[in-house]
Amino acid sequence: MATAIKVNDLPKTEVPAAQRPAPKMSARKVNLWYGQKQALFDVDIDVAKNSVVALIGPSGCGKSTFLRCLNRMNDTIDGCRIEGDIRLDGRDIYDRSVDVVQLRQQVGMVFQKPNPFPKSIYENVAYGPRIHGLATNKAEFDEIVETSLKGAGLWNEVADRLSQPGNSLSGGQQQRLCIARAIAVAPEVILMDEPCSALDPIATAKIEELIDELRQHFTICIVTHNMQQAARVSQKTAFFHLGKLIEFGDTDEIFTNPKQQMTQDYITGRFG
Amino acid sequence: MTELVSNGGRFAAITQRPPRPEAVVAAHTRRRYARERRFKLIGMGAVIVAIGLLAILLATVLSNGAGAFQQNYAVLDVRFDPAEIDPSGNRDPEALADADYQAVLNDALVAAFPDMDDRQGRRAMRAMLSNSSALQLRQMVLDDPSLIGSTVPVRFLLDDERDQYLKGEVDPSLAEANRRLKDRDIALVDRLAEQGRIETGFNWTLFTNADSREPEQAGLRAALVGSFWMMLICFLLSVPVGVAAAVYLEEFAPKNRWIDLIEVNVNNLAAVPSIVFGLLGLAIFLNLFGVPRSASLAGGLTLALMTLPVIIVVTRAALRSIPPSIRAAALGVGASPLQVVFHHVLPLALPGILTGTIIGMARALGETAPLLMIGMIAFIANVPSGPLDPATALPVQVFLWSDSPERAFTERMAAAIIVLLGFLIAMNVIAVLLRKKFERTW
Amino acid sequence: MYILAIILVMAAGAFQLSRQRAWALAGGRSSALHSRPSYYGWHAALLSGGPAILLVILWFLFASSIVGWIVTAGLPEAVRSQSTEALQFFMQDVRRLAAGLPLGREATPEAIDAANAYAAAMLAGNWVFGIIGVLLAGWLGWLAYRKVDPKFRARNRVERWTDYILLSAAAVSVLITAGIVFSVLFESLRFFSMVSPIEFFFGLNWSPQTAIRADQVGSSGSFGAVPLITGTLLITFIAIFVAGPIGIMAAIWLSQYAPRRVRDVAKPLMEILAGIPTVVYGFFAALTVAPFIRSVGESLGLNVASESALAAGVVMGIMIIPFVSSLSDDAINAVPTALRDGSYGLGATKAETIQRVILPAALPGIIAGFLLAVSRAIGETMIVVMAAGLAANLTLNPLAAVTTVTVQIVTLLVGDQEFDSAKTLAAFALGLFLFGITLILNVIALYILQRFRERYD
Repeated sequence: MATAIKVNDLPKTEVPAAQRPAPKMSARKVNLWYGQKQALFDVDIDVAKNSVVALIGPSGCGKSTFLRCLNRMNDTIDGCRIEGDIRLDGRDIYDRSVDVVQLRQQVGMVFQKPNPFPKSIYENVAYGPRIHGLATNKAEFDEIVETSLKGAGLWNEVADRLSQPGNSLSGGQQQRLCIARAIAVAPEVILMDEPCSALDPIATAKIEELIDELRQHFTICIVTHNMQQAARVSQKTAFFHLGKLIEFGDTDEIFTNPKQQMTQDYITGRFG
Repeated sequence: MTELVSNGGRFAAITQRPPRPEAVVAAHTRRRYARERRFKLIGMGAVIVAIGLLAILLATVLSNGAGAFQQNYAVLDVRFDPAEIDPSGNRDPEALADADYQAVLNDALVAAFPDMDDRQGRRAMRAMLSNSSALQLRQMVLDDPSLIGSTVPVRFLLDDERDQYLKGEVDPSLAEANRRLKDRDIALVDRLAEQGRIETGFNWTLFTNADSREPEQAGLRAALVGSFWMMLICFLLSVPVGVAAAVYLEEFAPKNRWIDLIEVNVNNLAAVPSIVFGLLGLAIFLNLFGVPRSASLAGGLTLALMTLPVIIVVTRAALRSIPPSIRAAALGVGASPLQVVFHHVLPLALPGILTGTIIGMARALGETAPLLMIGMIAFIANVPSGPLDPATALPVQVFLWSDSPERAFTERMAAAIIVLLGFLIAMNVIAVLLRKKFERTW
Repeated sequence: MYILAIILVMAAGAFQLSRQRAWALAGGRSSALHSRPSYYGWHAALLSGGPAILLVILWFLFASSIVGWIVTAGLPEAVRSQSTEALQFFMQDVRRLAAGLPLGREATPEAIDAANAYAAAMLAGNWVFGIIGVLLAGWLGWLAYRKVDPKFRARNRVERWTDYILLSAAAVSVLITAGIVFSVLFESLRFFSMVSPIEFFFGLNWSPQTAIRADQVGSSGSFGAVPLITGTLLITFIAIFVAGPIGIMAAIWLSQYAPRRVRDVAKPLMEILAGIPTVVYGFFAALTVAPFIRSVGESLGLNVASESALAAGVVMGIMIIPFVSSLSDDAINAVPTALRDGSYGLGATKAETIQRVILPAALPGIIAGFLLAVSRAIGETMIVVMAAGLAANLTLNPLAAVTTVTVQIVTLLVGDQEFDSAKTLAAFALGLFLFGITLILNVIALYILQRFRERYD
């Protein structure tokens, strides 16, 4: 396969903290409530440019909730209140001047279950560029659709049936279609909420490869309940428990030498 | 192609797209938000229009009908002249019944307006009161013969045109030729009012009388009684059969083609136009079974056929909302399927079934078209005494009065609608309260 | 009626006796019995009451027809040789007389004789069937009583019978449909034997004569239903034109935009529209909307009929707004949140998400809702009876008066009617047409809905 790159072959970026560039996204003291119930407590996380950050933790620990704060998807939920500071390129995304529609163009999202729209494959990918007015004529749309599908490694499989409905694809293909849909609007950050939980191992492996390629051009934040997956694809890992960030650090460090007992218990499978 | 280069190439078109100028993006976003606002406004507008139309509808009904609950009466001092009523003096009931009460009434009118004692004047005065006034006097005497010889003030129903005039519905400034009430009649009513002989009271006639050709005597009694019988028959037939059918389909039915047929059939029946049920009632109940035309029995049966599918559908929904765990638990302790349903599922589903039943009955109460098919459109001047007597129903009475040109009938029609809506609202409120009281989440 | 009460008492007696016998046989230990004692009681009650009650009810249902036949057969030749209609008319009088109801005019001696015969036959029939019913109940009750035995599987029996009773209740719905089809079809066939179906379905002229006696002049009307069908479609179209946009937009706003408090108030208010009887809408159309449209039209210099299709259509539209909106609401709510999130996640605005993702996804459900609404509008009667015209104009002008299928059914069947005349039978042919059209629409709609629900389950 032309696109095959062994995940382990890639150099793990190890740069001293002082030399590190300003993070792409940073969260400080994020607290979140659903109605009366607090779901996040003082979460601090930095996401570096062109890196993958994995969020792990037992179910209900707030990792997905936190992910959804990063492109303000929680805005759509009634009774959700958020405090703290989340910045994209140093700009507070919860600031009144920030337009949530443009923010979500910059910070795209891929969901747990593949959710292609009930439209053709072509229209699924063209949807984002269309609403954001990124292309003006057919040729430009064609180009965006092609490059996005190629970027998601799906082009070869669907090139001859772009007009077929998106949900006629298999689960793994659907999820890659959703990734193509997300990158078609040229986001800077891609959020992935357990993107492989509904897929079989082979489809999962394909997505994981893809994530690694995407990292070179996008910044990625991924929620996963699969620790091997976190270890394979990410450079940094954050461990959540009961809405609190327990530990955040280099993935190697977390998995080989966690500082917190609770992290160790979790990754060794004592609870979760 | 080396992999890394090819990868870089793959994304170049996306990541290296030239950024669009800030102003272009801002303008585009502004347009998108404008569209968003417009869309939202249209949606809100649709709701406002719908609710506004409801308000207009109800306001029309109320403003037209409120007047009908008031009635103006003329109070005259009637001298029950023994020479006129009982010349023989032996209080023979038959003689009393045959006496000329019109003459008694005329005397009372002349006493009030002595200057009108000519042929035309008398006619005008008689027209002022409802034509039942003489009968009213007769009834009074028959009830209490001791009245004879005395002079008592008596309340008479005012004729509907005069009543409308007093309610301000007749415009005296209109050219005389364009109104039914002539200047002379108006003057007479005004004089009656000046003498303080007009009394305004609650219109009990509306509830105690059956239909009449005279608007001021027309009431809803026959319709109320007819509707009551029909609802009773409809309830007694459709609810047991409907609930039993729903229980069977939801709890016992095997999965096969026949049961599928029944299911499709029930769902379709619930959407068959009501007038078709009227045709069915006409062909089956009237022509085949020989149920008397216009009888509440025929109406009730027809409405029962119409309500049955509704009851089945709502009961099935109520049964479906009972979680399977209840059934499993009961089966687990050795209850038979029948015991499970009758001891556990049905009692739990009862509030839902009741709510649905009330809503189905409310629909039946407001239904008109099928009743027209089985001859319930007849003019019924007698209150039916049983389900086999010719009767009418509330909504049919509305329809009947809508055909009459008199303004007073329009007013009464709107009043009948108010009564009908009152019943419907009461039923729905009960349904809502039931749902609230027994609502439970599993 | 008394017979039913007697049989019920007998059944209750059978219940009591059998249960006691079961107790006695078990010697007070219910474990010795196969079933609980009350099941033995139920078994006896069902066996004794069921067939007897069925018999008596059947007699009540058909008594009038059976006795009618008998009396008709015994009528003097002079009466019997009358035309079918006259005979039917005569029998109606007889029934009224026999029931002791006033006739409103002088009864003929033949009628009085026949009424006496009718009443006598009825009484005799009541006695015969009453006694048979009571005997049957007693005999079967006795059989059941004898059958009580600890080994007898009373519960299984009772359960099987209950099953059958419930099944027959479910089958009643099929009977109703069959009844509709047969009664309407039968009369329609008679109609089509007088008027050719080609004239009915393609004729452009509708004027069923209103002559009461067949021998009057101009008795053969013309029965071309096309003007009625176009009239119906015109009014339906106007109604959907009003209700469609308002209903869908209202559903969208209520489900996607409205603050919770507003929704909690607005939704029930809209549902009130659905609960208002159609006769009230008819009143509204005839007394408020029609004059309003007429005066507006006149101020614009248009010629508006006082019973314009527009008035009836608009009011019918108001009536089906809640219908469209609640079905659209269901369809919109059935669209998975994942799709909505997917669109928001790409930076779509709410309106874009609704227009480009949610509505297309909900489309089948919305279309099904529309079809049901159309079927409802086609079959709606009172609004058009009160607000649309009687004259069958073949026009598509919404300001003109048109008539509809339902209006004609009502006009043909209300008032004096003779069976066997083409005029009366035409109503049944129209009814068959109405039933057929709405049935097809409903079947398609329900099929689409089912498929739609399966897709997102």
